Amino acid sequence: MALKIVVCAKQVPDTNVIKINPKTGTLIREGVPSILNNDDANALEEALKLKDKYPDTFITVISMGPPQAKDLLIECLAMGADEGILLSDRAVGGSDTWATSNALAAVIRKIGDFDIIFGGRQAIDGDTAQVGPQIAEKLNLPQVTYVQKFELSDDMKTVTVERNMEDGYEVIKLQTPCMLTCIKELNEPRYMSIDKLFGIKPEAIKVWSAADVEVDLNTVGLEASPTNVFRSFTPAPKGKGITVAGDSPKELADNLLIGLKGKHVI
Amino acid sequence: MAIQVIKDKCKGCGVCIKACPFEAIDMNDKIAEINSKCTACNQCVAACPFDAIEKTESDEVIDLSAYKHIWVYAEQRAGKLMNVALELLGEGYKLAKDISEDTKVYAVLIGDNIKGLADECYEYGAEGVICIDDPLLKNFTTDGYTKVLTDAIKEIKPEIVLFGATHIGRDLAPRVAARLNAGLTADCTHLDVKVSSYIDYANKNTTLDTSTLDPNDPDRGIKQTRPAFGGNLMATIVCPNTRPQMSTVRPGVMQKIEPKKGATGELVEYKPSIKASDIRTEIVDIVKSTKELVSLTDADIICSGGRGLGNADGFKLIKQFADKVGGVVGSSRAAVDNGWIDHSHQVGQTGTTVKPKIYFACGISGAIQHLAGMQTSDIIVAINTDPDAPIMEIADYAVIGDLYKVIPEIINDWDKAEDLYDATTR
Repeated sequence: MALKIVVCAKQVPDTNVIKINPKTGTLIREGVPSILNNDDANALEEALKLKDKYPDTFITVISMGPPQAKDLLIECLAMGADEGILLSDRAVGGSDTWATSNALAAVIRKIGDFDIIFGGRQAIDGDTAQVGPQIAEKLNLPQVTYVQKFELSDDMKTVTVERNMEDGYEVIKLQTPCMLTCIKELNEPRYMSIDKLFGIKPEAIKVWSAADVEVDLNTVGLEASPTNVFRSFTPAPKGKGITVAGDSPKELADNLLIGLKGKHVI
Repeated sequence: MAIQVIKDKCKGCGVCIKACPFEAIDMNDKIAEINSKCTACNQCVAACPFDAIEKTESDEVIDLSAYKHIWVYAEQRAGKLMNVALELLGEGYKLAKDISEDTKVYAVLIGDNIKGLADECYEYGAEGVICIDDPLLKNFTTDGYTKVLTDAIKEIKPEIVLFGATHIGRDLAPRVAARLNAGLTADCTHLDVKVSSYIDYANKNTTLDTSTLDPNDPDRGIKQTRPAFGGNLMATIVCPNTRPQMSTVRPGVMQKIEPKKGATGELVEYKPSIKASDIRTEIVDIVKSTKELVSLTDADIICSGGRGLGNADGFKLIKQFADKVGGVVGSSRAAVDNGWIDHSHQVGQTGTTVKPKIYFACGISGAIQHLAGMQTSDIIVAINTDPDAPIMEIADYAVIGDLYKVIPEIINDWDKAEDLYDATTR
């Protein structure tokens, strides 16, 4: 019996390279690349490791976003996934995590049969970590979040994972089908392969609409989302401090200490 | 709620496109058009010089008055309450009184034989404790805790439910919210219910134009402020049409109250309906890490190292520095990503939020996602060779120099600081 794996992935702006224009307080967006979300790369890698072991494993990567998010699916296929499905529809735009999980759960229902869903713990643009558990809830699946180690039994029915905790980890056992969200400690994602990149067949990447996945339109999109943005703003810039004077490292150190002492902070 | 362009007023100037953080505006025939990436964040509404973009509010009205009181999920592990639970009780008490005098804050205890923790909850501000006790709830499981908490919420109907954004809170809260079809906001760093307190907060800490907000607005819905977009933006999230309103809150950002010894309150024993087959995961083992516990959130002094260290060995110097000044070692994400130090030391948007008395940023350039986690420190000292590094913009003391040369000097002279200071005042 071949394994069927679904991987949830998101295209995100690389928030590490974003800067704020200090004068206007606005984002400098130029030259910020869109990337495969870090934790999602770990999710895909774990699926690919299963495929390395069981070559008839079929991996479907799903994503939601504007049409250009297809690039992300191409990247995932070039890493070794078999199929990419992008849900792209104005009707799902502006979804919060609840509405997003409704939409993605509909995509997975449409796919039908699967053994394991891997997702990243969270995306670096929103950092909510909510969509994974909420998809699991909508599909009535058991879940483990913060997965740092993964093992599948030989009969492919039982999953044993380590769930990372602030002060250690838990070893958890559960049956497939299940939802697992992954962190970077789990593995080292592989690079794309040129051969695979050029071997991608156009039909391996599908773009579906809300109608294609038969999702209830009252449960997706901006209007249906229970949370709304009330206001958004940039944090107030802090006033510029003192540049510590000194020509030698010792002068710099001493002048800093004098400053800290004078302010009674040490 | 949606963003709309008033076509007659739009001049096609493109200011909104620059203002939009989400690339959600296209120019079509010299008229701005909102595309599906829009999150209704409002940046374009504020930016448009011609008032040509508006936010349309939903006019749906639902009676939400059946939901009362604030619940704090009082997370315990092995019979010990987490710090963040105590912090949230203090915050929950404050919010409850801002809603109305008869709004109360309840601690929700879930576990096996945990009634004994109720007193500690009262001492830290809880006016009531909802105790959900069952042998099957001894350890946290997503299925078990989600079921009993969701059942209790459905039955008792709290107005607001707060969770610590711990590895457990961030597993449980989304699952509960999805089952209740309620809104949930992740990793909040500030909460208000009164519009007037929101205005005060915004005026003091942000660039937000508050002139459109009415301080006498009777609205008492929760306004949940959190960093978004990697900390580049702050967003305030509301939950107008669903109940309960739910948030996870970052550990370390809310204030505990001074414990009131001997305080007491109402004990509600909620009988859970749970059976072993409800729980689909089996905990085989719980392993406590032997690695030294990094308590960044409680530290008065943090010495953090970043990419500028150049290699993992650099953290030896940072450790010496921290030992000397009685601080703990922190790090930037870059240092963690390079494998120089464990993630538990990471400060920032995806690490820990800290506000020590002194934060030493050593060889840290100050990526926005790092700043998001430490910029409320009382005093920030940046040690860096690059005078133009973003960290210098927010540093109280900018030391421009080689950290490998300067830090040893600070360590040497740390104990002499008083003498050095006295010498300058004489």
